[in-house]
Formats: sequence, structure tokens, C-alpha cells
Amino acid sequence: MDFPILSSLILLPSVGALFLLFANESTTTNRQTIKYVALFVTFLNFFISIYLWYLFDNSIFDFQFVEEKMWLKGFVNYKVGIDGISILFVVLTTFITPLCIISVNNSIKYRLKDFLIAILILESLMIGVFCSLDLVIFYLFFEGGLIPMFLIIGIWGGDKRVYSAFKFFLYTLLGSVLMLIAIIVIYITSGTTDIVKLYEVGIDPNFQNLLWLAFFSSFAVKTPMWPVHTWLPDAHVEAPTPGSVILAAILLKMAGYGFLRFSIGLFPFASEFFTPLIYFLSLIAIIYTSLVALMQEDMKKLIAYSSVAHMGFVTLGIFTLKQQGLEGSIIQMISHGLVSAALFLLVGVLYDRIHSRLIKTYGGLVSVMPKYSILLMLFTLAAIGLPGTSGFIGEFLILMGAFQDSFLVATIASLGVILGASYMLWLYRRVVFGKLINNELLKITDLNKSELFILSCLALPTIFFGFYPEPLLNTIAVSVSSLIEMYNYNLTILGNNSG
Amino acid sequence: MEILLLFLPLIAAIISGFFGKYIGDRSSEIITSLFVSTSAFLSLLLFYNVITNGYENNIVIASWINSGTLNVNWSIKIDPLSSVMLVVVTVISALVHIYSIGYMSEDPHKPRFMAYLSLFTFSMLTLVSADNFLQLFFGWECVGLCSYFLIGFWFKKDTANAAAIKAFLVNRVGDFGFALGIFLIFYLFGTVNYDEVFLKVPELVNKEISLLNNSPPFPFLGTAVKSIDFICLLLFVGAMGKSAQIFLHTWLPDAMEGPTPVSALIHAATMVTAGVFLVVRCSPIFEYSVLALNVVTIIGMSTALFAATVALVQTDIKKIIAYSTCSQLGYMFFAAGVGAYNVAMFHLFTHAFFKALLFLGSGSVIHAFNNEQNINKMGSVWKKIPYTWAMMIIGTLALTGFPFLSGFYSKDAIIEFAYLKGNTTGILAAYVGIFTAFLTSIYSWRLIFKTFHGQYNNEEIKKEKIHESPIIMMLPLIILTIGSIFVGILFKDLFISHSDGYNFWNNSIKFLNPLSDDHPPLFIIIITPILVILSIPISYYLFLKNKKIVTLIINSNQFLYNLFINKWYFDELYETIFVKPAKKIGLFFWKSVDVQTIDRFGPDGITELVKLFSLKAKKFQSGHIYHYAFIMLLGFSAILTFLILN
Repeated sequence: MDFPILSSLILLPSVGALFLLFANESTTTNRQTIKYVALFVTFLNFFISIYLWYLFDNSIFDFQFVEEKMWLKGFVNYKVGIDGISILFVVLTTFITPLCIISVNNSIKYRLKDFLIAILILESLMIGVFCSLDLVIFYLFFEGGLIPMFLIIGIWGGDKRVYSAFKFFLYTLLGSVLMLIAIIVIYITSGTTDIVKLYEVGIDPNFQNLLWLAFFSSFAVKTPMWPVHTWLPDAHVEAPTPGSVILAAILLKMAGYGFLRFSIGLFPFASEFFTPLIYFLSLIAIIYTSLVALMQEDMKKLIAYSSVAHMGFVTLGIFTLKQQGLEGSIIQMISHGLVSAALFLLVGVLYDRIHSRLIKTYGGLVSVMPKYSILLMLFTLAAIGLPGTSGFIGEFLILMGAFQDSFLVATIASLGVILGASYMLWLYRRVVFGKLINNELLKITDLNKSELFILSCLALPTIFFGFYPEPLLNTIAVSVSSLIEMYNYNLTILGNNSG
Repeated sequence: MEILLLFLPLIAAIISGFFGKYIGDRSSEIITSLFVSTSAFLSLLLFYNVITNGYENNIVIASWINSGTLNVNWSIKIDPLSSVMLVVVTVISALVHIYSIGYMSEDPHKPRFMAYLSLFTFSMLTLVSADNFLQLFFGWECVGLCSYFLIGFWFKKDTANAAAIKAFLVNRVGDFGFALGIFLIFYLFGTVNYDEVFLKVPELVNKEISLLNNSPPFPFLGTAVKSIDFICLLLFVGAMGKSAQIFLHTWLPDAMEGPTPVSALIHAATMVTAGVFLVVRCSPIFEYSVLALNVVTIIGMSTALFAATVALVQTDIKKIIAYSTCSQLGYMFFAAGVGAYNVAMFHLFTHAFFKALLFLGSGSVIHAFNNEQNINKMGSVWKKIPYTWAMMIIGTLALTGFPFLSGFYSKDAIIEFAYLKGNTTGILAAYVGIFTAFLTSIYSWRLIFKTFHGQYNNEEIKKEKIHESPIIMMLPLIILTIGSIFVGILFKDLFISHSDGYNFWNNSIKFLNPLSDDHPPLFIIIITPILVILSIPISYYLFLKNKKIVTLIINSNQFLYNLFINKWYFDELYETIFVKPAKKIGLFFWKSVDVQTIDRFGPDGITELVKLFSLKAKKFQSGHIYHYAFIMLLGFSAILTFLILN
């Protein structure tokens, strides 16, 4: 067995957090040092994950870099491994986290050490989610992620932080309990919780529907899908900027990933059966939340609602079970990770300076913050899926996939593209264009160096992958096509057996 | 060479956009103008090469999207059709760049403006040189984006911002149709590359699809839909958006909020003709769909007529020309609709010159009047700005189709071919075309007479102060004037030659049935020129000699006048049926559904419920020993009873 690279990726941030635990943050220099330590750790992790991507062989559909250690004898093994789909999410996680840590300067005013520890532990857990190849391990990482996020919202959040934190926690926990029961049922009926083995054995079609629903209840809340989305706007509004960024960029993706890996992979029968339900809820998410976003007065809430709409596209694409649809969904998730992170940071920039998130506070920013205006424009365009940005590739492929499955669904979903342009451009117009009326804005400063650095880091891949998405598409192509193959194979084999 | 042609404007845009601050205004202007002019020169060379040697090429620059069976490249396709578009785009763009140096001389954001213009040029070039539908769509959206930037260039003006968003959104509605068209093409053909799609069209002519269920076909509203019809109609929705055809035209007049050079380049000569280009490019598909061609004809002629009626009564000089553009685009569409794609391209080509001339000329007028655009506040200045006046007259003559100027050849050809098509829509289109030509002439002369003749009506600026524009603005006007006079007669044979033997268009345009070689009856040929010539004295009389008649006509036709001046109430209609309901529904979903229903009965409801229960449960924990003893007794006896009964 080679060097356990995945486990190191998972553990490294936690080790960093352990170091920080003993640090002293009484002086400013200390605080700086703490930040640098955290930054060092996360950057190191980022480079390891890039190296991993480089080592990754995208022509094989098997899981790679698999590690297996006995944990609870005869019950659960610690098993991790990656395929073309998970590697991208791992890289996304390790890419976003250091950027979040750079951004704490302006947004976190107290208990910096604790905050960084929470972020680092969260990173470990998130990487764990994308790597785990055992249901129990997955569940532990998936649920474990709730705790640091709960603390981040509850301690460093805004005025209504406690309400929001509890709402977030209870909502997500409620869904997850059902998933836990489903995992136990799977263990009892199949005798294992190893995903690779389960893929081979398959799950009895008679149980699939109920199990699928149990997993669905957890993923639907996390995605979030309509009508269990109402925690998201509250959580975003109250969360501190780095918290919002991680929440939107990575935590929401865990659900999309879950749909791909478990709902589709383990329960093809039920997935086929429930596809209309997913389509229906996705379409509602796209149209409904876009309309709601149109009327928001709070910028963060607007972007939170737009996240729901974008994730609606993702769930739609996944369940088309077409190569284009699935690949589009994955690209859309990566793209949304970059774009929503940037949009939340951009709102944070204004909030740090003026302490208001209300749209009507602003207007005419372009004359005082030119750099800010350019970057906000770029990410606005990426959010509305303009060609030349990664958002376009995702949305277009999803719709193309959906169209092959159902004209009607694709047509309705395409309407969301028009609405998306409406609320984003209207937001941009009200915040950036027009006359500068609010005198407070006259002394506002443009982006500082660190903000510019973070946003440029997000802007470059957004544009690059818009023009040249090959690196992403190449990585996922084989994994996606084998996923679809397995799905269709199971559908016919199991269909014959049971029927 | 092709690569250089394509990327020079992009490089110019990047230099001017990102480094404009460091290299200064003047250098940005020179670099962008020079680079785009080089592009124009190269495309003229290319055009010459295509004409003389039949040169064609398809360069693949890089691969773009590979997903399953979807393979799309970045590419440059050179064929007769794209070479014509390249010439139109780069030549007009180069002239507009040069003109802008003078027109925008007092603007503080010159590098940004020049960068947008160059970026637009690049986007337009990627649009016309695509060899697949996806790159076409890329260029399509990017020109829309540049148009958005340029309309809203004066970002402090609220009207400009509103117009920019409106343009973007209305175009998005068109793009929605276009995108669905591309999806359907991919669904049916399994590819989005022109050549492969066009090759397979004949096989699928009779394939029917149903709209709700992908397969097998079942009747929709009694009849199954032919897939080819459906593709064409969807693509045409896209074309309607970009080319401002009736129902999706509302953005174009508002787009005049942008600086005038922008109107000339984007909203007259190039971007708005992209829809026509799309239909012509897809002629191998449209030829197989009788239904779609009829729809194109009807929409085209309705727009031509509708826009002309609105142009009759407008008072803003740029809006009149904008509606005129709308109307001329209608001509191009019904030419395509009757199968005369080459004539549509010919009109596109000539129109680019005289409409750009009119816009830039009106820019000169606006410049002279210090940003006044209302023609009722002008007049009597033709001696003050004689060159502008003369060139505007030539532009007007060319537009109206005065004999032997460029518009004459293309517009008359459209009417002739529509008539020769022989079917009902064709003949109807021919008559509508003739009538619209008359209206065009009237409103164009109205503009000239009100702007340059009659009394001087402006109180803010003294007449003595009115002066001619600087030479840098006049030069492009002169070139365009020459073009407006001669391109018609020079390129007539090349574009719409009747004789066989030599076919310039080669395979880039497909004619299922060759165009008729006949000549229409004499009266069809001569009626338009006669009306056009007659309209000059008529308008002179109406708008200069005896203005009372106009008032009289208005008073006796109050209803029509209101309809025209309010642009047939399209804006009000859309506001009522789309914008307001969308906002209302959004508010309803947010306040009533999300907050009042989901949250109230969902998480908050559950919390309340739990609280309620715990309050109840709390009461049991009273702390009094006798309460607990009583409960114990009850439980004890219950267990005992249970045991005994068993």
C-alpha cells in the first residue's frame, strides 16, 4: 500500500486545528500567526489535492487511492477512495477553504482562534464526505459537518443568529435521522455498508423506494429543495461571510454529491420511480425561488434564494440520467461553488464597510468602487449563465440533457434562465449603477489587496472553465458514463429478477 | 490570416479595457481603431479571395465542449455567406471606431467605450464565423452582452440603465427559443455542427414529434408537429429577439439611450442583422419547412408595416431611425421568407451602409445641437451644416429606394421576388412592401425637413453656434456616403444575379427550388420608384408648406394617431401581463408561502408545538410529594390490574 494520501488530506486540517487549540490569541501578532498557520495548513492541503488530481487516472472507472482499515470488527470498515466525480469536489473544498481563511480579516472580530479551528475541522469533515466509501463513515462525516457550521452561525452570526442556527440544525438533523435508519436497514438486509460491494450486489427492489425516500429526506434538506429550503436564506443572512461562503460553495454540494453517489448508484429502481417527483420539485425550485429572489430587499437573501434555484438545475440534471445532464450538474455544482462564494464575499465586502445588506442603501457604486463593480459584473454574468463563464457550460448541458428526456421539463426550466437574468441584473443596476445618493457611500473604499486576491482567484477558473471546460469534463467523463451504465444495467437485471 | 482577423479586435479590447488607464485615452483610441481597421482590411482581402477564387476554409482553433456525443469546437468558417458578414461587420465597425474618437471626445471614459466597441466586434465575428450552433449561440449572447454594456454606457442615466436591462431581457426571451431550438437539433441530429446537421435534414423531413412526450409521436391539438417546422420556429424566435421583430421589438427603440455610434454599429448595421443571418445560414433547414417560411414572411411584413407607422409620428430623431431599422429588418425577413435568401443578404449589405450613415449623420446633428434629439427643436440649419445635410439626404435617398442608389436595387428586388413567389403570403408581402416603401419615404423626408429646413425652433442654443463636426467624424460619413451610392449597383450582379453559370453563394445558401427567372408585371417594378419620387413633394408640402393639413389629419384620426405615438401600446401591455404579475407572484411566494405557510407550519410550527407539549409536561413536575405519590399509586394499580386480568 502506498502513502495514504486521502487520509492525510482528511486529517491534515484537523491536525492544524489541534495545534491552534494550544495557541494564545491575546495579542495582534499572535492572531496574525494563528491565521498564517491555518493558511499554511489549508494551502498545503490544496497543493496535495492538486497533486492528487494530477496523479488521478481519468480513464479508469474504478475507485482509486482506496484505503481500507478495520474499525469495528465485522461491522464497519474505514474505507475511502475517489473517482472522477469526487476528486473535483475535494479540489473545490481545498480551494475554497484557504480563501475563506484569508477573508476572516474583515468579517471576524472576536474569537478568531476558535473560528479558525471550526473552519479547519469542517474542512476535514467535508473532504471526508467526498472520499468515504462506506455508508456509516459517510454518515459520520456528513452529520459531523453540521456541528462546526452550527457553531459558526451561532457564535459569529448576526442578530438573529441563534434562531437561524437552530433552524439550520434541526432542519438538517431531521432529514438525517431517516437516513441513519435507512443505513441500518441496508446493513441488516445486505450485510455490509461498503459502497463498492453494495454497487455489485445491488439492493432488493422491493425495499428501494422506502430507502430512497429516507436518503432523499436528508439530501433534499441539504440541497435544499422546495419546500424544505426556508432554512437557507435565514442561515445565510445570519452567518458571517466565510460561513456563508462555505455553506453555499461546499455544504450544499454534499447533497448533490449524495444524490449522485447513493440515490442513483444504490437505488436505480426507486430513482426511476421518483424521477417525476424530482423534476417537479426542481422546476418549482427554479421558477418559484427565482420569483422570490426578484423581490428580495436584502442582498444576501437574494443570493441565497438564487442558490436554491441553481441547485434546482443541479437536481434536475442529475435525474435526467443522460451523459450531458449529469456532467452538466457536476459542472454546475463546481461553478456554483465558485460563483456563489464570490457573490457572498462581494456582499460581505459592502457589509464590512457600510454595515447594511439592504439593496436600497446602495446605488451608484461604480463611481467610487470601480474594481468592485467589474468583479461584481463578472460574477453576476456567471450567475446568469452567460457563455464564456463556467455557469453557461453547466446550465446548458443540464438543459440539453433534460430536453432529451422531456421537452416540457426543459422548456419550463429554460424559463428560469430568463428569470435568473432579471433578478441578477436588476440587483446589479440598483446597487452599482445610477446616481450616488447615499452620502455615506462617498467615503467607501474600493477592494483592498486581499479581497482583490480572493476574488481574482475565484474569477480565473470561472472564466477559464467557461472557455475551456475540458479539464473538468475529461476528469468526470468515464466515471459518469460508468455510473449511467451501471444504472441501466441494474435496472434491467433487477427488473427481470423481480418481475 | 483568419485568426488574425478574428483576434485583433479582442486584443484591442483587452489592451484598451485593462490598460487604458496606463496608456492614455489617445493611445487606446488609436490602437482600437487601428486594429479593427486592419481586421477590416483583411476581411476585404478575404472577400476578394472568396469572389475570385471561390476560397472556402474551416479552421478549428480548439475544442470547446466534449460531453458524451456532444462535440463542439471553437472554429472559423469561411464561406461566401460568412465572408459577406465579415466585411459588413469589420468595415462598419472600423468606421464607427474612427467616428467615436470625435463623438466621444468629451467623455471621461473613452478607453472603456473603445474596449466595448472592439469587444463587440470580436463577439460579432465569432458569431458569423461559427461552424456550429453552439459557437453561434456564444457570439449571439456575447453581442447581447456588449449591447447591454453600451446601451447602459452612461450609467448615471436611469433611463439608460432601464433600457440596457430591457434589451438584455427581451433578447433572453428570444434566446430561450433559440436555445430550445439547439436542444431539439441535438436531440434529433445528435450533433450541432452545421454541415452534419444540414446533411441529415432531408432524412428527417417527415419525422413528426409530439410536444409533451418525446416519443412516439402523438397528435398535438389534433395534429402532430413536424420536427423540422418546430426547429425552424424555435430558431426564428431567437432571430426575432435579436432582430427586433414585432412582439420582441420593444427593446430596440429604447436602446437609443446609448451613445449614437453604438446605435449605428450595433442597432443598425450589425447585431440586429444577426437574426437575418441566422435564418439565411439555416436555409438548408428552413427550405424544408413551408410553415416556418410563411411565418417568417408574415412576421417580417407585419414588422415592416408596424414599425413604419410608428416612425411616422415619433419626434426623437434617433427613435425614428430605430423604427426605420426595425422596418427594414422586416423587409429582410420577408425576403428570406419567400426563399430569396440572397436578396435578404443583399438588403442587409446595402442597409448596413445607408443606415449607419443615417445614424452617424444624426449623431453629427445631435452633436451640433448639443445633445438635443427632438426634431421639433431643430430646423433651418442646412446651411450651417451643409456637408452633414447633403450626406443625410443621400442616406435618405438610398434608404427610400430612390432610383439607382443602393437601396433601390435591394428593396425593389425584395418586392419583386415576393411577388414572383406566387403564393398568397408572397403577393401580400409584395403589396405590404410597396405600401411600406411609401411610408418609409414619407417619414424619412419628414425627418429631413423638420431637422434641416423650416424655422429654427431651438431656444437653448443660438443658431449661430451650430457648427459642422470635426473632420474625424466627417471622414467615416464620407466613406459611408460613397458606399450608400455605389454598393447597390456594384454588387447587384454578385448577390442576386439571375444568370446561371456563376453562383457566388455556392453551397452556403440552399435553394430547394431555384428562384424564378421571370420578370414581374411592369407595374410592380415601377410603382415603388414612382411612389418614392412622388413622396418627396408630398412630404415637402405636408411638413413645410402647409402644416395645417398634418394637424387636420391627426385630429380626424385621433385613434390611429394615439396608437402610433404610443407604439401600439406594446410596452404598456408587457408591463401589465409580464412585469407586474411577476413581481406580485414573487412577493406572494415569499411573504405568503415561504414565511406564512412553510415556516409557520413547518419549523416554527414544530417548535411551537414542542414548546406547548413541554409546557404541559412541565406541569407534571410540580414538586409536591403527594402528586408524585398519587401518580405512583395510579401506575401501580394499573400494572396490578393488568397482571390480574392476564
